Amino acid sequence: MNLTLKIWRQSGPDDRGDFATYDVRDISDDMSFLEMLDVLNEDLIGKGQEPVAFDSDCREGICGTCGLMISGQAHGPEVTTTCQLHMRSFSDGETITVEPWRASSFPVLRDLVVDRSAFDRIIQSGGYISVNTGAAPEAHSVPVPKANADRAFDTATCIGCGACVAACPNASGMLFMGAKIAHLGELPQGQPERDSRVVSMVNQHDAEGFGGCTNIGECAAACPKEIPLDVINQLNKDFRKAKKGAH
Amino acid sequence: MSDLIQDLYREGEPIADTKCPDGPIENRWTEAKFENKLVNPSNRRKLSVIIVGTGLAGGAAAATLGEAGYHVKSFCYQDSPRRAHSIAAQGGINAAKNYNDDGDSTYRLFYDTVKGGDYRSRETNVYRLAEVSTAIIDQCVAQGVPFAREYGGLLDNRSFGGVQVARTFYARGQTGQQLLIGAYQAMERQVTAGTVEAFTRHEMLEVIVVDGRARGIIARDMVTGEIETHLADAVVLASGGYGNVYFLSTNAMGCNVTATWRAHRKGAYFGNPCYTQIHPTCIPVSGEHQAKLTLMSESLRNDGRIWVPKNRDDCDKDPRDIPEEDRDYYLERIYPAFGNLVPRDIASRQAKAMCDDGRGVGPKVGDFRRGVYLDFADAMERLSRDQVAAKYGNLFDMYQRITGESPYEVPMRIYPAVHYTMGGLWVDYDLETTIPGLFAAGEANFSDHGANRLGASSLMQCLADGYFVLPNTIRDYLAAGPFEKVDEQHEAVVEARAEVTGRIEKLLSINGERTVDSFHRELGHIMWEYCGMERSEEGLNKAIELIRSLRAEFWRNVRVLGSADTLNQSLEKAGRVVDFLELGELMCIDALHRRESCGGHFRAESQTEDGEALRDDDKFAYVAAWEFGADRTGDDVALTPTLHKEDLVYNFIELKQRSYK
Ligand SMILES: Cc1cc2nc3c(=O)[nH]c(=O)nc-3n(C[C@H](O)[C@H](O)[C@H](O)COP(=O)(O)OP(=O)(O)OC[C@H]3O[C@@H](n4cnc5c(N)ncnc54)[C@H](O)[C@@H]3O)c2cc1C
Ligand code: SF4
Ligand code: FES
Repeated sequence: MNLTLKIWRQSGPDDRGDFATYDVRDISDDMSFLEMLDVLNEDLIGKGQEPVAFDSDCREGICGTCGLMISGQAHGPEVTTTCQLHMRSFSDGETITVEPWRASSFPVLRDLVVDRSAFDRIIQSGGYISVNTGAAPEAHSVPVPKANADRAFDTATCIGCGACVAACPNASGMLFMGAKIAHLGELPQGQPERDSRVVSMVNQHDAEGFGGCTNIGECAAACPKEIPLDVINQLNKDFRKAKKGAH
Repeated sequence: MSDLIQDLYREGEPIADTKCPDGPIENRWTEAKFENKLVNPSNRRKLSVIIVGTGLAGGAAAATLGEAGYHVKSFCYQDSPRRAHSIAAQGGINAAKNYNDDGDSTYRLFYDTVKGGDYRSRETNVYRLAEVSTAIIDQCVAQGVPFAREYGGLLDNRSFGGVQVARTFYARGQTGQQLLIGAYQAMERQVTAGTVEAFTRHEMLEVIVVDGRARGIIARDMVTGEIETHLADAVVLASGGYGNVYFLSTNAMGCNVTATWRAHRKGAYFGNPCYTQIHPTCIPVSGEHQAKLTLMSESLRNDGRIWVPKNRDDCDKDPRDIPEEDRDYYLERIYPAFGNLVPRDIASRQAKAMCDDGRGVGPKVGDFRRGVYLDFADAMERLSRDQVAAKYGNLFDMYQRITGESPYEVPMRIYPAVHYTMGGLWVDYDLETTIPGLFAAGEANFSDHGANRLGASSLMQCLADGYFVLPNTIRDYLAAGPFEKVDEQHEAVVEARAEVTGRIEKLLSINGERTVDSFHRELGHIMWEYCGMERSEEGLNKAIELIRSLRAEFWRNVRVLGSADTLNQSLEKAGRVVDFLELGELMCIDALHRRESCGGHFRAESQTEDGEALRDDDKFAYVAAWEFGADRTGDDVALTPTLHKEDLVYNFIELKQRSYK
């Protein structure tokens, strides 16, 4: 198929940036979206033009490195990551716009590459269980009911891609944060720090400039790992209780 | 030192000391931990350690050394430590917990690992690995890693990769992700505690060696392009494997050999570079645009049946129209005892043999069809469609997403792909390389897996190294520190910086005709063809010639656009390909010198009458540790490395030739 691409080009953090239009030809259904961009880049280099910068690493949908706004949708039209989106989801002659995540907490570094280190700082503020290496008790000393273990797993699958923030009109990071609160809060090991964790993380989230949640649900709809919206309820509940010192 | 052998390499002194303790094998690690010097807690913050890599090995080491109170500087090329390639591991992690009381023990895990490595690993190291395996599980559970559990709330295990006990712990198909998030969170906790400084989007490009000791690294800030000097008392490389020398592999796009190769060039020996693991169940290449390959879990072979058409004319038919009698279930035919569950290398080699015979299936890429069927029709009849879906549903979905075909309707197509590299920097029992103060952990070292790695054992080794081994061995080295402060004007620092900036300037100034990827792809073809599943004297010699001329062309004709002082992904890739182009040659030399078949290394000249791998323990029961060497010929450099042998002595396990017939 042949496609027209309108791609955001921005030479650096201080550049204003603008769209550039490119045509790509003979794209096969079996290509991934990023392989299609690889083809474009090989072509651009051949013409002596600088290739489009975009992030990716595993290209298996697990590392969370990739992430593009594709015709206005975070990770494009399917429930998956950008790297796992294939060209069979598009049709011949289509015009596709490609932009970076848009959120003030995720500044653009170049073209389609953004800085998501705010997520790391949220984890630093409390997204862990404090246990030094070597201090752990025997693994079977604390059984975990299967239902809790499964829920912990489901929420632990978040890949930290940032699509939830990009999709949210308020650029809120609540789904990402809620996933971590739910993961650790579901486990017996996570109880001792449950209150302090949620308070520190919420404070950091707000300090990073992420917006609040107004229950629109775009985040969960865009999430490639289908993190459920109810983690935000859990987050809010934990936060209220922690504030009251009720846990 | 000897003259050039086969015009390619020299032989030097054997390795004198591996620092392995003596005595009963089960006491050796305890002994070593006791003998290793301690560092007073109040001195630790004055001691700094650089750790390159935030995968399971590097992340775990950073967290643990930070908790101990050392000053850690951690580096990764991704935008967050959580994205290291360990995240992609699917199947699970081994540990000798014996929760099922099925006869597992430290000794059995030790035995299985040595045997699985085809008797090419160091007994004392492997025993230690098996010994610390159980503590890994405890640690991860305490961190909140959501391993699969049974209804009673206890941990579930499965058997994996052809062993007879169920010792694999797993978190659905995302074990690596969950373990890595655990290590990452532990490390981020230390960032808050102030013991760990994290440098993301930083690529290490050179080691700084001062007076014979590793004292720091040169790194490029990948956003601003700034070339930075980082100094420390010790340096750890936990930079992962080098499977991407084949261009196409199951590794992440950014996986590279630069960190270890630069260390090798500075004097660290490279161990067993030719030992690579090829995984039989990957999704086949679909066209020239392909950027990477995707692994489908090995567990599929438990229920799927592998076949190709008997007749070449049937290869382009719809497989469902090929009657039973015209199908060749070749693994079941050749290996009736193990059938579809033969080890990875055999399954891979046979798939290639079928395709070379013109009976491959799927679309033609170039002149060939490179794929075999993995068929679940029988399984769906025997079990039920629902049961198959319960077991393999997410793998089937992943396959369908990539290929557009449903394995419920049509047989899957699979083909082998490069997956893991057993070779890496040579290290002693303390995980120290031949450069004092430079340590290597995880897939980056030549490791405990000998010539082949068992499934679910890499995650175990990476976390063993990072959480338990390295923190206990590096203290013996650090106890002598803090070492004399190094000045940034020291000639060794200035020289290392100059090497980095010189290389970058050169890459940007060539302005030739070909893209970096086109060179990388061509190198990959050469390696896959001649240093892949099957290697021969003739092929390897040819490959060395081809690589040398490709490298010469690269330096004449590569085109890297843009500038040094911005985010420049072409420049990043070019730097990595430079190192792959040299590594590839060393791999071929190593493969050429090892005239035996063992583990993942199959030499066409060394096989039994049945076409099975044939080891030669009399001549080759050693680790090949290569010292860097190069001669200048014309405008290109030819590698002329020096081989140092570490003899492998088996006191606890008897050497046996394996047989799967
Ligand atoms: C698809 C797949 C599935 C697998 N499944 C399993 C499994 O089920 N069980 C199992 O045991 N093993 C499995 N393996 C193998 C296992 O995942 C890896 O061997 C292991 O995770 C490697 O970990 P590591 O810590 O050594 O390195 P990695 O996780 O690869 O980390 C390397 C780190 O080094 C950094 N780095 C590299 N070069 C530089 C540089 N020059 N400068 C700065 N930073 C650098 C990277 O940023 C990264 O942080 C699998 C491998 C693959 C590819
Ligand atoms: S919650 Fe979903 S969308 Fe948000 S970072 Fe995690 S995986 Fe990405
Ligand atoms: S590149 Fe890893 S999730 Fe897309």
